[in-house]
Amino acid sequence: MNNDRLPRAWTPICTLDDIVPNTGVCALVNGEQVAVFHVNRHEEDTAVYAIENFDPGSQAAVLSRGLIGSLGERIVVASPIYKHHFDLRTGECLESPEYSVSAFATRVEDGQVWVAV
Amino acid sequence: MKIIVIGHGMVGHKLVECLAQDAAHGLDITVLCEEPRPAYDRVHLSEFFSGKSADDLSLVEPGFFERQNVLLKLNAKAVSIDRAARTVTVSTGETLPYDRLVFATGSYPFVPPVEGRERADCFVYRTIDDLEAMQECGARSKTGTVVGGGLLGLECAKALRDMGLQTHVVEFAPRLMAVQVDEGGGRVLRTKIEELGVTVHTQKNTTAIVDGENGSHRMQFADGTHLDTDMIVFSAGIRPRDDLARDSGLTLGARGGIVIDNACRTSDPHIYAIGECALWNGQLFGLVAPGYDMARTVARQLLGEPAEFAGADMSTKLKLMGVDVASIGDAHGTTPGSRAYQFSDERKQVYKKLVVSECGKYLLGGVMVGDASEYGTLLQMMLNRIELPEAPEFLILPQSDGKAKPGLGVDALPAAAQICSCNNVSKGDLCAAVCAGATDIGALKCATSAGTSCGGCVPLVTQVMKAEMKKQGLAVNNHVCEHFPFSRQELYHIVRVEGVRSFGELLAKHGRGLGCDICKPTVASILASCWNEFVLKKEHASLQDTNDYYLANIQRDGTYSVVPRMAGGEVTPDGLIAVGQVAKKYGLYTKITGGQRVDLFGARVEQLPFIWEELIAAGFESGHAYGKALRTVKSCVGSTWCRYGVGDSVGLAVELENRYKGLRTPHKIKFGVSGCTRECAEAQGKDVGVIATEKGWNLYVCGNGGMKPRHAELLASDLDRETLVRYIDRFLMFYVRTADRLQRTSVWRESLEGGLDYLIDVVVNDHLGVAAELESDMRHVVETYECEWKKAVTDPETRKRFRHFVNSDQADNTVTFVEERGQIRPATPVERQAKLVSIPVVVETV
Repeated sequence: MNNDRLPRAWTPICTLDDIVPNTGVCALVNGEQVAVFHVNRHEEDTAVYAIENFDPGSQAAVLSRGLIGSLGERIVVASPIYKHHFDLRTGECLESPEYSVSAFATRVEDGQVWVAV
Repeated sequence: MKIIVIGHGMVGHKLVECLAQDAAHGLDITVLCEEPRPAYDRVHLSEFFSGKSADDLSLVEPGFFERQNVLLKLNAKAVSIDRAARTVTVSTGETLPYDRLVFATGSYPFVPPVEGRERADCFVYRTIDDLEAMQECGARSKTGTVVGGGLLGLECAKALRDMGLQTHVVEFAPRLMAVQVDEGGGRVLRTKIEELGVTVHTQKNTTAIVDGENGSHRMQFADGTHLDTDMIVFSAGIRPRDDLARDSGLTLGARGGIVIDNACRTSDPHIYAIGECALWNGQLFGLVAPGYDMARTVARQLLGEPAEFAGADMSTKLKLMGVDVASIGDAHGTTPGSRAYQFSDERKQVYKKLVVSECGKYLLGGVMVGDASEYGTLLQMMLNRIELPEAPEFLILPQSDGKAKPGLGVDALPAAAQICSCNNVSKGDLCAAVCAGATDIGALKCATSAGTSCGGCVPLVTQVMKAEMKKQGLAVNNHVCEHFPFSRQELYHIVRVEGVRSFGELLAKHGRGLGCDICKPTVASILASCWNEFVLKKEHASLQDTNDYYLANIQRDGTYSVVPRMAGGEVTPDGLIAVGQVAKKYGLYTKITGGQRVDLFGARVEQLPFIWEELIAAGFESGHAYGKALRTVKSCVGSTWCRYGVGDSVGLAVELENRYKGLRTPHKIKFGVSGCTRECAEAQGKDVGVIATEKGWNLYVCGNGGMKPRHAELLASDLDRETLVRYIDRFLMFYVRTADRLQRTSVWRESLEGGLDYLIDVVVNDHLGVAAELESDMRHVVETYECEWKKAVTDPETRKRFRHFVNSDQADNTVTFVEERGQIRPATPVERQAKLVSIPVVVETV
């Protein structure tokens, strides 16, 4: 939903250690709430994903507080309010596609987490 | 065709149901019901005293009598019949014409002609009105006596005992249930019933009832003894209600009953009789299943098909005050040449007998008391004339280790075998329904009605279902989710036995994928129940639902509510002031909960630790309102203040709440403690309910309010405090071990094979030999309790997670409140839209 607005800029958010493995945090980036997740299968398999924090289903800014999991091949977060699942790679809402959110690019450099919003 | 049905009992209603299914035949049905309410379940009448309402017992589906062709007249007793004119005159004065008339008038309780039987507080046990009158009397009585030790008499004794009365049963014959069980069975039954606190007097012939000294009545017996009691219930057998038939000139049996032929027709071909009022082949049928059969027979004829009633098997299995009693076929071995096998265990109080044919190949009958688990198998063997195994005694002997009982797999049954006799459902019907997709017991009951009347066949129905599903290659899948091929119970077992300490370890060993929002909280709960480590410890934090993660309850707008523990609902004025001050300082919406404490709403995550610090400073700790854990122990004020109280309910509630606080369970659990039988704490609507008695405490379990209310059941009575706590320890840990995820105790109990008796066996009698283990598991949890709020605010690693933004100290700008009745509430989307306009300004100024 933000694709046609501003050119995306990389912003440093926090260190990877600031995010408890397999949980999310919420970051304030240019006035936007972004949910950033630290997915950790084991030591060598760490990934960071970012999607909008606002859950259109519940109309509350809560997605960063959802439980992370996998459904088949998808990596998802379950909204803590009505438990809709959002694909962390695409922002797609599995149960109600009309509630899908934007996903953002992320990278980790020297232990620093960056998000492109 | 105009049809009038006289009587709206179970059988009358079954007939109407069968007829109403087919509206196309142009039948015009009128049902005359003398009672003020439509048909109800008389088989389960005694449940009225353990909490079921008249509505719960109703057999009539909502809207049933709204259909065009069926008219139910309540309070309408048929008073006379003009067979020549084919009319029925009703107590309301109306005269109604009929083409076909059906008697379904049932029976009335026989009251022996004892002098004084008309006295006040003497009752019969038949209708809900009778029960209401008994209930009223029971509330002001201390002792109650049932005259009659038959099936109904013992049901009735249960009702008196459920009302908390000192209960006596007076029987004329030398043993209880003389019709169904033999002497050996009667002996065991008596011991069992007496163990339950009911006094049994056999061979007592009541000659008169006069004023009593230690009760309002004195029953005088022929042998010169007497018994004082406050209320008397006659349940000494039933007699067919055939007076109207007699007045109409229909043929009756020598000892009563309306004579019918195989078509259930009386001596007047336009008139049928069905159920307990009908006499077929010289036989009366006091059970519901043959009555239903007669109803179906008549219905088919009225719909233009031939049908005949072919008699009925009178085998029965029932539970009397928790004692299993079953009687099959020729229980007394009256068939010439028959031989019997008997087994009796006086220690466990079990008695079993088989009656086999002279040739030894076929089962003719049997008696089981104390344990009737083989009933289904034996009944099918008898009904289907299945050849007995070489050594039939092994059918009733207890299993010795490693040796399987010679069962009759359900596969041995022919498709025509009748599994549910109440609703005439065959094995073939069940298999067809399973094939059509009814693959759980609820769906199967819905599809076939099997097991929906007396429920006795449910274990067999389940076996047939499972066998058929296996045949179809359908898996009976109870896995928690795609990540673990196990049920919650199995996961619990794995965690416990393998000593698994983290989700990661469990997933690596037994699961796949990343886990999900189903299995993570489930495993978190299991780990907490087993090892009781801090839920926000680094390896556990990511498993917690947001409520457990933030130790508060998320609300619709993403804010949280905070509930400090007020054990037993007790709070000091200073405590209450402190809670009020915190609420005021943080602008929280304040509401009193149903669990006797205070809920503070509208807290943002970053405010939570500060709010807790202040509450902790005032002496409060976490109320675990956010957890699948013990919530509250509700109490009434009890004997300390209440002039009626007999026990210190608040004191016990505080002790129990402090004992079990923090225990993680498959779902939330609530307790209640009442100081007397007035039950002001509504303990019988709770997972664990305790009610004070003169002699100690009664323990009730598995009650529930909410969506599907369930009355709790009595697990044990008159306990001292120490035993009470021990039983609760065992009960809770057994629930923790064996329940499914998010299964409240009420649903768990419903699905528990063996029901309440099994639960009593495990918790009270330690049948599984696990009581010591359950107690020690609980001890570990109790001893390792820590207040989670205190832990969270004092542990810097944990505390720093309590902020909305990882990179800013700002608050969540989407949270907006408006004021209502002097407090905050979340803004509606429209209100929020109006307010949001100002938000960019706020953001820019920061």
